[in-house]
Amino acid sequence: MGEAAAKPTQTFRTGTAGRAPGAIAAIACVMLLALALLPVVAGRNLIQDMIFLFYMLALAQCWNLLAGYAGLISVGQQAFVGLGGYLLFALTLLGGIDPLLAIPLAGLVSALFALPTAFIVFRLRGAYFAIGTWVVAEVYRLVFAQFKPLGGGTGMSLTPSITSSVPGIEWVKALLNVRTPAARDLISYWAALALMVGTLGFVYLVLRSRRGLALGAIRDHEGAAAGLGVDIYRVKLAVYVATAAMTGMIGALIYLQKARISPDAAFSVTDWTAYVVFIVVIGGIGTIEGPVVGAVIFYLLQRYLADFGASYLILLGTLGIVVMLFAPKGLWGLITERYDLALFPTRRRLVIPPRAEIARRVDFPK
Amino acid sequence: MPFLETRNLTAFYGDFQALYGIDTSLDKGETIAIIGANGAGKSTFLKAIAGLIHGTPDSVQLEGMPIGARGAADIVKLGIALVPEGRRLFPSLTVEENLLIGGYGRKIAGPWTLDRVYALFPILRERRSMATPALSGGQQQMAAIGRALMSNPRILLCDEISLGLAPIIIADIYAALPQIKAEGTSVVLVEQDIVQAMKVADRVYCFQEGRLSLTGRPRELTREQIHRAYFGS
Amino acid sequence: MTGWLDALIQGVLLGGLYALFAAGLSLMFGVMRLVNLAHGDIIVLAAFAILVVAGKLGLDPFVAVALAAPILFVIGFALQHVLLNRTLGRDLLPPLLVTFGLSIIIQNGLLQIFSADSQRLRSGAIETASIPLGGGIAIGVVPLLTLLSAIAVIVVLNMIFYRTPIGRAFRATSDDLEVAELMGIDISRIFATAMGLAFVVIAIAALYLGLRANFDPTIGPARLLYAFEAVIIGGLGSFWGTLAGGVVLGLAQTIGARIDPEWQILAGHLAFLVVLALRPRGLFPRAQD
Repeated sequence: MGEAAAKPTQTFRTGTAGRAPGAIAAIACVMLLALALLPVVAGRNLIQDMIFLFYMLALAQCWNLLAGYAGLISVGQQAFVGLGGYLLFALTLLGGIDPLLAIPLAGLVSALFALPTAFIVFRLRGAYFAIGTWVVAEVYRLVFAQFKPLGGGTGMSLTPSITSSVPGIEWVKALLNVRTPAARDLISYWAALALMVGTLGFVYLVLRSRRGLALGAIRDHEGAAAGLGVDIYRVKLAVYVATAAMTGMIGALIYLQKARISPDAAFSVTDWTAYVVFIVVIGGIGTIEGPVVGAVIFYLLQRYLADFGASYLILLGTLGIVVMLFAPKGLWGLITERYDLALFPTRRRLVIPPRAEIARRVDFPK
Repeated sequence: MPFLETRNLTAFYGDFQALYGIDTSLDKGETIAIIGANGAGKSTFLKAIAGLIHGTPDSVQLEGMPIGARGAADIVKLGIALVPEGRRLFPSLTVEENLLIGGYGRKIAGPWTLDRVYALFPILRERRSMATPALSGGQQQMAAIGRALMSNPRILLCDEISLGLAPIIIADIYAALPQIKAEGTSVVLVEQDIVQAMKVADRVYCFQEGRLSLTGRPRELTREQIHRAYFGS
Repeated sequence: MTGWLDALIQGVLLGGLYALFAAGLSLMFGVMRLVNLAHGDIIVLAAFAILVVAGKLGLDPFVAVALAAPILFVIGFALQHVLLNRTLGRDLLPPLLVTFGLSIIIQNGLLQIFSADSQRLRSGAIETASIPLGGGIAIGVVPLLTLLSAIAVIVVLNMIFYRTPIGRAFRATSDDLEVAELMGIDISRIFATAMGLAFVVIAIAALYLGLRANFDPTIGPARLLYAFEAVIIGGLGSFWGTLAGGVVLGLAQTIGARIDPEWQILAGHLAFLVVLALRPRGLFPRAQD
């Protein structure tokens, strides 16, 4: 907004900048570069761990956008992870399409599936929406279990000819002097990094846009937002379809990396929704930073405690409940309460020019 | 010692302060009226007494007992019943069920029973098994008052019982007041209709922007005084 | 032809089981607007509770459920009072996430204690007894008892809701929390009582879950979905609607299974989605609301 906007008494400006956006952007670039070059020094185990971390974080950002901003609390996002995975298998095995091209295609088709899905589940409100999405995910699972060309109930594996035909694999093998499986991991690593950064960037840009402002309004008070002319249905639909596309792409990548798919695993509520919800809640829902913090914590728990099986899951469930009850803004919320920090500034602040002294005396209407 | 007393009562909605240090008192059997413009804090005052808004314990005292921090469910058991603004009957309960639920928390024998309420408002007996949304505004108001009476309150708080009703209906409802007072019940009325309030109240408190601007007996107050107390000068 | 008639009869009987699953969920939503994602796991938990009581004391499951029901009432009351009441408010997320967490905890806790092995409640001859109707069709005694119990549960719930002071308090609280308090209703107690009651209904549902088929710690979420589908198909706000929803779901599943055994569950879900698409308020919505 320019100086000419509000002549009569006062000019205001809104800005989204945090404290030192330039410095943070620079740090982000350095980190990104370091992550991109990590394979030069890192071993294969670390690379695989990082792939896991990246896709969990990307899924968490998607769910955060849905639940934390659009108020669409879904417990059925596994529908799109599984769908993306199965689409990758269908496109490469049955369609003969290049795996890296299949990933964006899977995203596109997921979005197409999301439209009719939304038509039905959007009839349910609030908490009922949550269970409705779960039913839909079950329907997807049961349908794919019936689909014999993709292995039916037992699932199937990608043939080596496909996993080894990922473009760039020869180049990576030559450049870093590694064998085919390791080179395949590296391609997946960069794809996961790209998807994670892309998701993060997408969510960030959405939230800084006008539409993001509408999302914040919906989150804070749906009725009031509607009164201000926000078309809630359309905004929510757009978010639902966009996150379905991204979740589908992530699902495709996950199953390119895993190279084996089955309906029970691909549409698992624990793996693709419970963990993701846990990440977002522990980290801090409704912020971009929260899921990042949550994903790192989840990765560490997973790495060191996952062997405990059922007790580990009990611990996760308990931790989630405790955080929800006693620190509903998550760990990032606890941090920002103490320090005024924003790595991804999306909150608009009113910037008041110095001569705005008068504004202080203006009585705000009740 | 007054029967019910507020001392330096303040109330907030978030950051917004609705009441600034209100001192009032109510004697046994007395009727007081709270008047004032919209947004003066009258309803907030009743909500604070009824326990829907919590203050410091001492800010509301019943026979010297501090009750300012107690919840609404507790307050009604002490014999203070609120007829809320806008009636707010339970839509999924019938008229009779609405009356019965009025006595849910305070089950003590007293003058007010189902039959007695029906005698006070005979139309309710005819409508006893109807759903409350089907009642007229005046009938809803009668049911809301009856519901509050079913707890046999020692103090009845009435929030804008004339709101949105035709004058003839208002007169009907106010005609019930003497019978309620005859049982020894003290009454606090919040009322926009000054004429009505002046007619029935023993004393009047006028609120202005969350502060007490005038107190007195109706006969002793002049129009100018009230006008100034309403709108400031 | 007999095959189809049989499918219809078995479908209605199966609907009784789903109505039992759904009645508890319906009750929780009706009183405290709580959507409990752990509902299915709590049913399974109750089935294990009956199993343990029956096993330890050498009792018939029908007797064991009578002993387990009061225990479950107390557990439900405490759960609501200590944990779930803290989550209720304008924000939808806390109750959903806390019950989702509970679901994971219960499921894995049961896995830890009882392993993933299938279990079954044993009640002797009654399990396999059936009443022949002629024409090669027979009604199992347990499925019949399930349906009759579902009807009995719904009659009793309706009596509690529409004929007793506590039922009035349930409905009043559901209508308007603030004014309910003004009536002297202790909201958290009312909610806890409703949850205790829901747990008793769950105990009855668990009895038939365990008598009719095998169960293991992982089958909870599917039961939640069936219960939820029955509630939505029937229309919110009426226990009889919930029974009807259960029957519709049971019929869809048995008819689906009749076409292809693998389609049983899918057919139920699809019936739910069709109802949702065509009549989003359910088949028997309450007049007002």
